[in-house]
Amino acid sequence: MKYGLKKWRLLSLFSALALILSGCGEPFLSTLQPAGEVAQKQYNLMILSTTIMVVVIVVVAIVFILTITKFRRSKVGEDTIPKQVEGSHTLEVLWTVIPIILLLVLAVPTVALTYDLADQSELEEVDEEGNRTALVIDVRANLYWWEFNYPDLGIVTAQDLVVPTDQNVYFNVIASDVKHSFWIPAVGGKIDTNVDNTNTFYLNFDGEKAAEADNLFYGKCAELCGPSHALMDFKVQTLAPDEFDSWVTAMQEAAEEEQQPENELAARGAEVFQEQACIACHAVSPDDRAGTSPGPNLSTFGERSRVAGILEHDNDEEFAENIKEWMLNADLLKPGNQMNETNGYNKDALTDEDLDALTEYLMSLKVYTE
Amino acid sequence: MDTQQKFTSRTWPESPEKTTLEGKNKFLGFWLFLGGETVLFASLFATYLALKDQVPNSEHYLAKDMFELPLVFIMTMLLLTSSLTSVYAMYHMKNHNFQKMNTWLLVTVGLGLTFLGFEIYEFNHYVHEFHHTFTSSAFGSAFYTLVGFHGAHVAVGLGWFILLMIRNSKRGLNLYNAPKYFVASLYWHFIDVVWVFIFTVVYLMGMVG
Amino acid sequence: MSTVAQKKGFLAILWDYLTTVDHKKIAILYLVSGGFFFLVGGIEAMVIRIQLAVPDNSFVSAGLYNEILTMHGTTMIFLAAMPILFAFMNAIVPLQIGARDVAFPFLNALGFWLFFFGGIFLNLSWFLGGAPDAGWTSYASLSLFSEGHGIDFYVLGLQISGAGSLIAGINFLVTIINMRAPGMTYMRMPLFTWSTFVASALILFALPPLTVGLFLMLFDRMFGANFFDVTMGGNTVIWEHLFWIFGHPEVYILILPAFGIFSDIFSTFSRKRLFGYSSMVFATVLIGFLGFMVWAHHMFTTGLGATANAIFAVATMAIAVPTGVKIFNWLLTMWGGSIKFTTPMLYAVAFIPSFLAGGVTGVMLAAAPADYQYHDTYFVVAHFHYVIIGGVVFAILAGTHFYWPKIFGTMLNETLGKITFWLFLIGFHATFFIQHFLGLMGMPRRIWKFLPGQGLDLFNAISTAGAFLMAAGTLVLLYNVIVTSRKNVRVGNDPWGDGRTLEWSLSSPPPFYNFKQLPLVRGLDPLWIEKMEGNTKMTPAEPIDDIHMPNGSIIPFVMSLGLFIAAFGAMYQVDWRASGGEEFVWSLPVLIIGMLITIGSMATRSLKDDHGFHIHKEDLLKDEEKGGKE
Repeated sequence: MKYGLKKWRLLSLFSALALILSGCGEPFLSTLQPAGEVAQKQYNLMILSTTIMVVVIVVVAIVFILTITKFRRSKVGEDTIPKQVEGSHTLEVLWTVIPIILLLVLAVPTVALTYDLADQSELEEVDEEGNRTALVIDVRANLYWWEFNYPDLGIVTAQDLVVPTDQNVYFNVIASDVKHSFWIPAVGGKIDTNVDNTNTFYLNFDGEKAAEADNLFYGKCAELCGPSHALMDFKVQTLAPDEFDSWVTAMQEAAEEEQQPENELAARGAEVFQEQACIACHAVSPDDRAGTSPGPNLSTFGERSRVAGILEHDNDEEFAENIKEWMLNADLLKPGNQMNETNGYNKDALTDEDLDALTEYLMSLKVYTE
Repeated sequence: MDTQQKFTSRTWPESPEKTTLEGKNKFLGFWLFLGGETVLFASLFATYLALKDQVPNSEHYLAKDMFELPLVFIMTMLLLTSSLTSVYAMYHMKNHNFQKMNTWLLVTVGLGLTFLGFEIYEFNHYVHEFHHTFTSSAFGSAFYTLVGFHGAHVAVGLGWFILLMIRNSKRGLNLYNAPKYFVASLYWHFIDVVWVFIFTVVYLMGMVG
Repeated sequence: MSTVAQKKGFLAILWDYLTTVDHKKIAILYLVSGGFFFLVGGIEAMVIRIQLAVPDNSFVSAGLYNEILTMHGTTMIFLAAMPILFAFMNAIVPLQIGARDVAFPFLNALGFWLFFFGGIFLNLSWFLGGAPDAGWTSYASLSLFSEGHGIDFYVLGLQISGAGSLIAGINFLVTIINMRAPGMTYMRMPLFTWSTFVASALILFALPPLTVGLFLMLFDRMFGANFFDVTMGGNTVIWEHLFWIFGHPEVYILILPAFGIFSDIFSTFSRKRLFGYSSMVFATVLIGFLGFMVWAHHMFTTGLGATANAIFAVATMAIAVPTGVKIFNWLLTMWGGSIKFTTPMLYAVAFIPSFLAGGVTGVMLAAAPADYQYHDTYFVVAHFHYVIIGGVVFAILAGTHFYWPKIFGTMLNETLGKITFWLFLIGFHATFFIQHFLGLMGMPRRIWKFLPGQGLDLFNAISTAGAFLMAAGTLVLLYNVIVTSRKNVRVGNDPWGDGRTLEWSLSSPPPFYNFKQLPLVRGLDPLWIEKMEGNTKMTPAEPIDDIHMPNGSIIPFVMSLGLFIAAFGAMYQVDWRASGGEEFVWSLPVLIIGMLITIGSMATRSLKDDHGFHIHKEDLLKDEEKGGKE
């Protein structure tokens, strides 16, 4: 398979086309700058199909241009009555058989790759102790946030997916309210998160390419799911395998011991978090309520790259601003989101002091970094 | 050919339903309509098969707990017989025997009404004995939709026959209404065929689990 | 539009159109209402493009945006493209096969009024609490989640107008099978008639799954059923299947008549018979057949498994073969001909590269693993707009210019027509070509806004600019229609001068009985054959005799109106039951009254014999002296 893919690229007159295309878009988002094995294979298929199709276009274009220049009435004369040709068997056979051959060239690698990407035999492999060796992450899509549960590791995050580079990561995806679709464009194609059943697929995050994207890929929801479908973004933090292991250890440790607030303000924030019943929807321990939580788990909130998956910050001040902005205007920032009065959230009950304290507390929720 | 022309059994054409252009159009158009109806029922069958025994929890009854062969066997016989009697009616229509045609149509309607009565009893039975209702589970929704759609077709077919008999009771057969009788009986056969599938797919396959 | 009609008062004309069963007048009704919905859908498209012109824009709110995108798709497919194509089918197909009317004139009118009231019902949602907002595909989990009555409007409106489409489909099938003039064998039918035939068969077999899907959703939303409620054992993927088993053939229902219109235009303005006529017919039938085998390619990412994906990928690719055959046959039709670049021909010529682009991206999308990347991105948006605009809308615009004289008896201005063409063509490619890349760059479709800093800003701005050019082109067309109608210069039988098929042997517009004597068809392109032998008219196949015609009737209108009224009752009885019988007390009576109106008018129709009337031989002869006009 891999050999074949390489060969087409060499054969392809239109690898130039690939070069032009790869100039398109951002390395953290574009499918044209594949950053992993799955995306690369899909990209190769895209290039192959584009190449074949360009050949078709060129042939048609030549006939087309010749026809509309040669046979204008102004050229052939106003009164000319053209010969009424019925057709040609030879030509019909020709333009039936050649496209079939071209399509076979495309169909064979398509079918092969379809089965290749659906291969999940790795999931069956176990080590000596009978534990699954592959890394499995359960993805649960919700109106408008994502939960990432690591069932074998006993930890859970939300909004920011953390993965190791250069190994296959398996995802079991499902939705808890309406259908969404899980997509990290630069790393591979999407899969729907159905409400009915779990879908499974794998991705592989390339270490070098991830570095080019600052180790942060953009993830998207790709199925219309309501007003804030456009804003249902998530981010993917890629870590080298050893870093990932220490991240997991830190998460597991954090799950076992209760975190102590750093300062008084944060301590007050922790109280507000209880008083206002934020805790009813949001867990703050990295093993709490995985798979059932009505709101995102906040245990690593201070390490998130975005607030609510969309609000960007460069420093702590902006971070704090964004948190407050979100708590005061959540319904404007993500229309239709579930942090609303029906579900028990009342922003008017928050005083300015509460807000400051909550912000401080949320920013202090860190597991891995200091 | 004039549609209001009076006929006797001797002057009556061999295929009265297709003698006029209108009749020919109606005949063909109705066959095509039945083609569309086939796809409609196929979609309903597919939906039913996908949702069969899909219930929220184990307290709900499943197909194998509810369906009983004797009842549906009687219903099947009723409908199959009514198809046969409608064939007799059409035989007499082609022979321009208005009286006999009406008699057989009446028998057909009677059998159809009995069938509907049994169906209503059956639904009532499921609702009260097993709490198997339209809204109790996806299985319930799919069952009542498929069988109910068929039942509604039976009701429409009966209404159609009755309307035709009342409307034409005084005027007899002519080339204007002959195609109408004919397509109505086509419709009736179609309903019958659908029931054979319901009998097999819903009841027989349902009872084996 | 005829001289007689102009002398009548407005009310008389209105009554005439409300009760007409004449296929030519029904065509005008379809054209006008389809054209109206086309403009509505166009305005919705402009709002979408304005909202996406710059990043993080707030031109419309998120909820409203979803309503607009849903209504844009639904309106354009069901209420604009299909009806306008029905307009051409109605206006032209009976003439092309040498028939005096369609097989079921009464049902023809009923089909129109059902579509019309369904469309009006759907659009009234804007004024009654909000339009549907789950996309034109209305996937079950989201549409059950959607609050308000938007989705109910979608379900009931499409159910009503869908019934109209089904009736139209059966009508055209029977018309083409039973009503052809002497000598008009199947293999002498013009390609537009052939494609109407195949498209009608697709309608017949593709609409019922949608009907069932809509019923299931209607039962779920309005009567407490659980088809799509997972907690009650339901399954939402059923909706996806039912919708796409309809939805994919629907694409061919639109594109095949477009192919037919273009085939006729190519041969007319190349002065050559269609190259490879029989393989064109075969390709049309084959595309229609394969159209039913490929629906799951819309569901590659749903998780159907590798085997299903592989099968549907290969089946989808196969459609490229008959489509390619068509492209080459069109090219070869022009090859060696004498090409005159009239406005319709410009659209036809531009259609080849535009549609080709849509076709090749279609093959690319068929490659399932690559589709995991394309699916639900702007790449798909670009693809289907290339097919639908580059194919169907171009055909609609071409057909509008081409058939306008046959329908209205006067020619649209050619200069203005060409201005429309160029604005539309350039605007179209500017809008949509760039969207391929937006999709590949990671932009999902159906998004209300995109945030800055993702490299998507420039291309979106260009796309919006292109949309304005298309809008300008449409405005020029409207202006053209007004100017042309004002001037109202009457034209003869064959205003383009190169007509080949039977419709051009009749006056423009034709008399209401079309053919005084049915023509004798002696081969493909019958009028061309007569022209080549020096005849100015068709050879008649029968002596002048009395002609039997159907009576007009208001019943189709009333019958559809009844369903329209009942739909309101069906929708608001949900609120009535929810309020414990306190509010919306009127809903149940309205539902019953509406159904009674419909059933009552059906009964009236069945109980009252309608034998039509005869035009007598003497009147026909008198008509001839006056020049064949009414």
